[in-house]
Formats: sequence, C-alpha cells, structure tokens
Amino acid sequence: MYDVIVVGGGHAGCEASHIAAVLGCKTLLVTANINNIADMPCNPSIGGTAKGIIVREIDALGGLMGIIADKSHFQIKMLNNGKGPAVRSLRAQADKITYPKNMLKALQNTKNLTIIEGMVEDLIVENNQVKGVVLANGEKISGLAVILTTGTYLKGNILIGSENNPGGPHGEARSNHLSDNLKKLGLTIQRLKTGTPPRIKKDSIDFSKMQEETGDQKYYTFSFDTEPLYQINDQQKCFLIYTTKKTHEIIKANLSKSAMYGGYVTGVGPRYCPSIEDKIVRFADKERHQLFLEPESLYYDEWYLQGFSTSMPKDVQEQMVHSLPGLENALITKYAYAIEYDAIDPLQMKPSLENKIIENLFTAGQINGTSGYEEAAGQGLIAGINAHHKLKNMDPLILKRNEAYIGVLIDDLVTKGTAEPYRMLTSRAEFRLLLRHDNADLRLRKIGYDHGTIDETRYQKLITKIKAINTIKDILKNTNLSLNPSTKELFKNHNLEVPNSSVSLYLLLKRPEITMDFLQELIPLDYPAAILEEVEIEVKYEGYIAKAYKEVEKMLKLEEKLIPEDIDYNAILNLASEAKQKLAKIRPQSLGQAARISGVNPSDLSILSVYLKKKYHK
Amino acid sequence: MFDTICAISTARGLGAISIIRVSGPQAISKVAQIFQGQNLNEVASHTIHYGHIINKNEIVDEVLVSVLKAPKTYTMEDIVEINTHGGIASTKKVLETVLETGVRLAEPGEFTKRAFLNGRIDLTRAEAVENLITSETDLERKLALNTVDGKVSQKIKKVRDIIVNLMANIEVNIDYPEYEDALVITLDNLPPKLTEIKTELESLLEESKIGTLINQGIKVAIIGRPNVGKSSLLNALLKENKAIVTDIAGTTRDTVEGEIELKGIRLKFIDTAGIRKTTDLVEKIGVDKSLSILENADLVILVLNNNEKLTAEDEELIAKLKNKTYITYINKNDLPSKLDLNQKDNVVYGNTTTPDGIESLKNKIIELFDLEAINTSNLEVVSSTRVINLIKETLESINNALANVSKSIPVDMIAIDIKQAWDLLGEITGESYQDELLDTLFSKFCLGK
Repeated sequence: MYDVIVVGGGHAGCEASHIAAVLGCKTLLVTANINNIADMPCNPSIGGTAKGIIVREIDALGGLMGIIADKSHFQIKMLNNGKGPAVRSLRAQADKITYPKNMLKALQNTKNLTIIEGMVEDLIVENNQVKGVVLANGEKISGLAVILTTGTYLKGNILIGSENNPGGPHGEARSNHLSDNLKKLGLTIQRLKTGTPPRIKKDSIDFSKMQEETGDQKYYTFSFDTEPLYQINDQQKCFLIYTTKKTHEIIKANLSKSAMYGGYVTGVGPRYCPSIEDKIVRFADKERHQLFLEPESLYYDEWYLQGFSTSMPKDVQEQMVHSLPGLENALITKYAYAIEYDAIDPLQMKPSLENKIIENLFTAGQINGTSGYEEAAGQGLIAGINAHHKLKNMDPLILKRNEAYIGVLIDDLVTKGTAEPYRMLTSRAEFRLLLRHDNADLRLRKIGYDHGTIDETRYQKLITKIKAINTIKDILKNTNLSLNPSTKELFKNHNLEVPNSSVSLYLLLKRPEITMDFLQELIPLDYPAAILEEVEIEVKYEGYIAKAYKEVEKMLKLEEKLIPEDIDYNAILNLASEAKQKLAKIRPQSLGQAARISGVNPSDLSILSVYLKKKYHK
Repeated sequence: MFDTICAISTARGLGAISIIRVSGPQAISKVAQIFQGQNLNEVASHTIHYGHIINKNEIVDEVLVSVLKAPKTYTMEDIVEINTHGGIASTKKVLETVLETGVRLAEPGEFTKRAFLNGRIDLTRAEAVENLITSETDLERKLALNTVDGKVSQKIKKVRDIIVNLMANIEVNIDYPEYEDALVITLDNLPPKLTEIKTELESLLEESKIGTLINQGIKVAIIGRPNVGKSSLLNALLKENKAIVTDIAGTTRDTVEGEIELKGIRLKFIDTAGIRKTTDLVEKIGVDKSLSILENADLVILVLNNNEKLTAEDEELIAKLKNKTYITYINKNDLPSKLDLNQKDNVVYGNTTTPDGIESLKNKIIELFDLEAINTSNLEVVSSTRVINLIKETLESINNALANVSKSIPVDMIAIDIKQAWDLLGEITGESYQDELLDTLFSKFCLGK
C-alpha cells in the first residue's frame, strides 16, 4: 500500500515522485524501463527561452531538474543576453547519457521512494476515487493517490512515411489499454502528434562547411544551490547550417509520401515545432531554413539535426539529409519520425492538476497536452506536491500567473485547454517582467518553504539574499556621487557623459548607460554577482516593474471574485449558449479565470458578475 | 432570461408612421393577443403582416406588424414591431394596449443594452445607438449610423492590427532568439513603426474633433459690457432660427440659453449672466465667473459698441480672450464710428435694424469651424468621449514607447508600452483577443526546432 503511485519515469514522473517522497509520502514510481528514467527522446537540451525560467522555478520550489542539468551538460548559454532582463533564459546542451544517470541516482537516493519496472494498463477506481493501478501482468498495486505521467506512451504510434509502428520512442512498448480505460471512466481523450529529426553519425559529418556555435564565456548554473561544475573552455560546439534549394525540391517532390501530408496522421501537431515539410509548404517564399547540429552525448557519436523534424519515408530522408552542406556523405543512425499519442483534455483537470472526475487522480506532462521536458517537469512537481496535500487535507499549491511560468502553464491548460501540444513561450505570460530567470528564488522559495519542499538551510539563504539586496539599495540611495576630478576621469574613461550635478548612486544606476559594474568602480560592493545583478535590474527597471504590479493588482481583483463551485450555469438564462457550455465544462474558480476562457465574451462576464452579485451577494 | 419590454422606437412628434417595438420571450404571443389578422404565433420569421390592433373588441389602429424571431434580431430576442399611423394619440393608444397585456415599458436604451448583453453588438456600437436615439440633427444621425455600422470599430481595428503585427514580431525575436527568419526589431528600426501607429492615432483624434462638434455642438458665449447689445444679438440669432429654447442643463455645468442649428451643427449659447453682472458684483467674483465661462466656451463673441471709444473694461476682456477662438462683433455700425480698435481678423459689423450683421456673423462661424467641410465629409469618425479618452491614452503609451527608445530601454521592455496600447484599443471595442497575438505569431513566422 503506497500513498502516491507515479506512473511513468519521464521528466514529469521524476519530479512528481521525488517531491512526493520528500514531503513524506510513501511513493512508488512505476516505469516501463528503469534505464529510460529521465530519457530525452528529442532535443539534447534543457532550458531555452521561457523554458529555462521554468527550470529555475522548479529549482526554487525544491525540484531536481536544475541540479541534474547543472551536473550533466557540455555547453551552456544565456539566451537573449542582449535584450532586457525579463526575457533572458538559460539553455544547456545536456548529455543524453549523463542526465538520465544522474537523475536515476538522485531518485534512488531519495527516502520514501521505491522504483519498479512495469506497464500500467488500468486504474483501480471505486466510487470515482482512485485506489491504485493494475499492471499488464495483472498485478494490482494499491495507492491513495495516482499521478499519471505517461508521456507519449499512451497508444503511441511511430510514423515514418507510410510505415506505422505501435510503440513509444526508441521502439519501446506502449501502453495499449490505459487510455481506453480512462475513456471508460469518463475522461475525454484527444490524439496529439509530435516529431523528432534524424540523428547523424559524427564521423560522417564534414564540419568544415558549417558555422560554429559556442557556449558562453561566462559561468552559469540553473540551480540556486550549485556552483558551476564545468570548465568554460571544455564546452562542446554546436554547428549551424542552412537548407539548400535542392533540399526544398526533394521535399516538394515527395510531399505526398510524408506521413503528415500523405494523410497517415490523425493527431494534431504543434505550430511552433513544425516539420521541415510544414515549413516549406507554409512559408513557400523562404529560400532557406536554419538547422543546427548538436551532439547528443559525449559517450556516443550521434548528432541531432535540429530543425529537420520530418515524417518522410527513409529513402527520401536520405536524399534530404544528403542535400545539406557538410552532410553530403552523412550516415543517418536514426531516422526522423512523427509520433502520435493519446492525451487527456486538460480542461478536465482542476488547477491543482487533480482530475475533476476521478478523485485523487493527478496527471502531468504530455498526457495533459504539453510538449517539452521543462513543461512536463514543472507540472510533475506541482502534481507531486498537490497529491501529498490532498492526502493530508491541505489546500493545494496553485501558482498564480504573476508568480511563475508554471502558474501560467497550468492556468492556460485548465482554462483554455489545448488543441496542439502546448509549449511555453514568454509571450504567453502577461507579467513576464516579473517572471524573470534571476528572481525565481525571490518569487518562489518562500512558497516552497511554506509548502514543505524547501528546507531551513535553503530558506535562510533566501533571507540572506533579500537582506543583501535591501542593504545595497540603501547604500546606493544614501551615497551621492562626488564629482571630483578622479570620478570625472572615470566617467570619461568609460566613454560616459559626466553628470552635471551630484545625484545619488541609486538615481545614477537608473540611467540606461550606467551599469552595476561601473558603479562598483565608484563604490566597493562586496556581494555575489547574482545579488548585484538583481539590484541592478530592480533599480533600472523600477518604473516598468511598478507598472506590471499595477496590472497584477487589476488581475487579482478579478481573481478574488470567486465563483461558487456548485453554481448552475443553466440557471443564468441570458448567458450565450457557447459561454454557458464552456463555463459549465471548465468550471472556473474565479471571474478572472472565466475572463480568460475563449468564447466567453465581455458581455457574458457582465451577466455572470451581475448574477453572482444578485445570487450570492458577492 | 429577460422579461418582455416595449417602447415607441421612432422619434416622438410628427412622422408618417410610428413604430412600437416589443422585445422578449413573449413578444410574439402578447402581440398576437391584440392583433386581428393572421395568427402571429404561426407566421414565419422576418415577415410583415397587415391587420388591426384591437382593444376590448374595438379597433385601435390599422397596422403593419413585423415578426422577427430570435436570434437574428436587433436584441437577439423575439421582436415584434408594430407600424402605426403616426399621430401621437393613436400611437399612445396602441402602446397602452400592448402594456395592458402585461408587457413592461422599456427603459431608455434598454433594447440596446440587451443587444450588448446578448452579444449582438460591441461597446462602440452600443454607444452609437444611444447617440442615434438621442440625435437631434441630421449630422448626428449620420455619424451615429456610421458607428452602428462598425465603420469606426473597423478603423480602430486597423490600427490594432498594425500594433499586433509589431508585437508578434518582437515576441518572435524573444522566443526564438537564434532564428533569423523574422526581422529583428531593434531600437533603430522601431521608431518608424511606432511613428506610423502614432500618426494613425493622431488622425483618429483629429477627426474625432468633428465628431465631438457634431454630438456636442459649439458652445458660444456672448460677452461685452452692459448695453452694447448682447441681448439683442442673442435674440436676433435665436428668433430667426426658431430657437430650441431649452432649460436642460448641458453636458457641462453651463446653462444653455438657447440653441440654433448652423449647417447641421448645434450652436449652444451659454448663459453669460455672470459676466453681465460683473459690474454689479464685487469685482473678484465677477472675474472668476466670467473666466470659467470663457474657459468652457468653444467660441466667444465679443460685442463692442461702434459708437463708443474702447474702454478699460473692453481692453481687459480682449486680454482675457488671447488664447480663445473669438469673433469681435461690432454693433451699431449704423451710428458714427468712434471705436478705435486696431484689430482686423475675425471682425464682423452689424446693427439691429438689418439682418446683414447676423449673416456675416454666421458665415464667420462657418468659416472658423470649417462647417462646410464637415457637411461633405464621410463622417466615419470617433465621437464618444470614452473612446476619445482611450485613444488619447493609447497615444500616450506609444509616446512612452518612443521616449523609451531614445533612452535605449531594451525592445522587450518597450514591448510593454506597445502591449498597453494594444490593450487600450481592445477596450474600445470591448472585444477580447486573448489568442490573437499567438495566432499572428505562428501564422507570420516560420519557427521551430
């Protein structure tokens, strides 16, 4: 008898099982193959725009992904470094051998966590409450809560041209019956599709025809608790190439042979991750497309051809790859494929990630219609925390849209649903200036501490950081620039205009051309770089940040207008029928959430709000 | 659902026909009870039927009845429209008959409110219908109709589209920093794009002045020393034009003494009692009051006496008018000129015995406010104060964005100002476009791994 059973050992399952165990739940992780724990079946990287911020949020809340990524990459970059602080994000090229190994080790060292191999094919459900799982061999395991993190394994189908093979990534066994059984329990199942590009054997690549892409010359870590574990100069290179005219001709000539265009796929694929044939059809006027070659691991010699995802048959893939510069003689070690799989309709979840129909059943990751390791891990973490909270009769952890990308992600899923695999983008977050990569700990560590996932030591680190930030701000406010010849000289040496009056250093820092590095030449500030950076951002962009907080207040006002759980939308006669349907299905918890439902118009909201006032005096 | 309501929906007064509109779930069944002719409960939607309205077995009026079934109606509810023979008495009698069936009398604007609440029209259109109902001049009606048509909404949407495309471009740069498929928006190429938006907004605002003029009229203050002929000038203006003498307070705190229509635009003469009394009252109070009246007026007519020398008081008034649009009306030009005024522009001469002065005065007003041009314009302009204020706020956001460009603020931060502009314009039409940005992003740019 377990407290929590997690089904699936991917990125969502790892975080879910780890955090549930940390919180004290007797936890079981059931995975089809223990060697595939934390497998990276697609791109060999962790992070990326917005995604890198999610990794930091996971770390701030006590999850594993950041720590493991720090131990397992061979190149790291700060994306958007030339842009404003709100959109900076880390991306690491993670080693596909090391990352899963390190994750497995971490899980094996987690108290209260047991890992077994098995294929879950059914749930034990009594009175709409989950009681455990049933394995393919008929074995029953009881548990008080179940978290499904099945990835693409629910009725997975691998498609290469007209070839169609049942199975998960790497030709692993798929779960044949679980999604049908979920359907029988009343869940709506949708079919989604994603794809992955071909892999190339390293020594068949002519790198001399390609442009080098190197890692940053500065040390970074995802985790707020780790020191850099790599050497800048040991970082591996990636390479950039472009498709050629010939590539486009081959694709156009063979379009009907692709699984997608040949009509062999029923799942809906994501717009942001189109196959190369998609790109060529939809953007016919583009003469070339960018492709990146990335090493998958230091321990084997396969390279990932990013941007070249396709569902063409193998012989066409050969021609396509050979039309690329430097890949004329390339040896394809794994063909690109499209994969279709079953997912549940995320509108059937509560914001806690608990299912609305079956109590104590949680879902996280691709089963909820998302795409990406980071999106999966973020949900896994929340599902694990909330499974524990549910069993302990505690209020669930629901992150707000102004608190975390993870909050935006889950709110979008349970409010808008998704018709295509959902990838996080910075543009999905209306308060991205507040959801920065640098302040994830300031935003979330306290929340983690309050929910039991952050220990005292790490919490004290946060307190120290906050104190330091305030101290530095005070110093800057109370120190006026003394305009003596030597400081004037300093300004001139840095090609900066000499201020014509003595202002406080705080106001000086607000000027776009003045950096914290420069201020340190005027006044000694012996603090860690991360803290100084934090101060710089908060001071420099104070006006914009204040504006964002004002917007947050507006949103929170609507969020505070709660809708009673037992509201009968059919009783509100003037609601448009589309709004009625959507509201009844999604059952938003607040007027704010209702406002974000597509198909619910401002007029519906006014009617709803009048009704709430009349009926509930709210 | 709402109850059933009715009201006379044509303008009160003389007209060939009057229409009584009934809207709501019982509209058809209630009118069927009092209609002698075909059984309205059984007729098809959007059909017209001839018959009589009967009250206690007596024919009230011979009518045409239109039956319009939900949802393709103005309120998206069942609607019956009874076309009566005009005439206040018979229209009233028909209305009473409908009310006797238990239908409620609609409150002002209630049909429009339902159209809005039922999702039939957006906010700008709802506002326009209000304007249409209360319109008094032809120009007001034309302007309101254009807004009802959504022509103004379309213009605003056009600007919003320009903004959304720019935003999508910036977002692509952020989310796909390594992809060069999209143009990279930088501090160098952003200003022309912002300026384009700014120009569009400014032209909307410029045009909106016409809208305000049409809806709110021109507030005119006639000022001058006692006994220079202000009252006789006002009376002459009002009398000749069948003045609508009204005791209704205007939109501001001014009291309107009377209105005339000039080229379709209402001239509202504001009460200048305060100024007339200046000499009787303590100097300070008089000046304050006159200043506030002057401030509120769109046009000031300063009346001077041709037969007298310019007094210190006159000079004081002229000084106060420095920044106002004003016309100097020199009265009593039939008497010998003693006035030593060295002013040429916007001066009109007249006297009480001939109408020539009044004519020149009116021509001057037409010229100053370009009223001929308004009459020939297509009138697809913004006129609601709410909308104008939102456009002004939008413009401010864009100006902020431009200012921030010059401060070298990163583009992704300036995107916040741009997004604010987009949100503000969205508030105007009251529509929500949550996924519009993402749709644009994915349809315009080729992205992906």
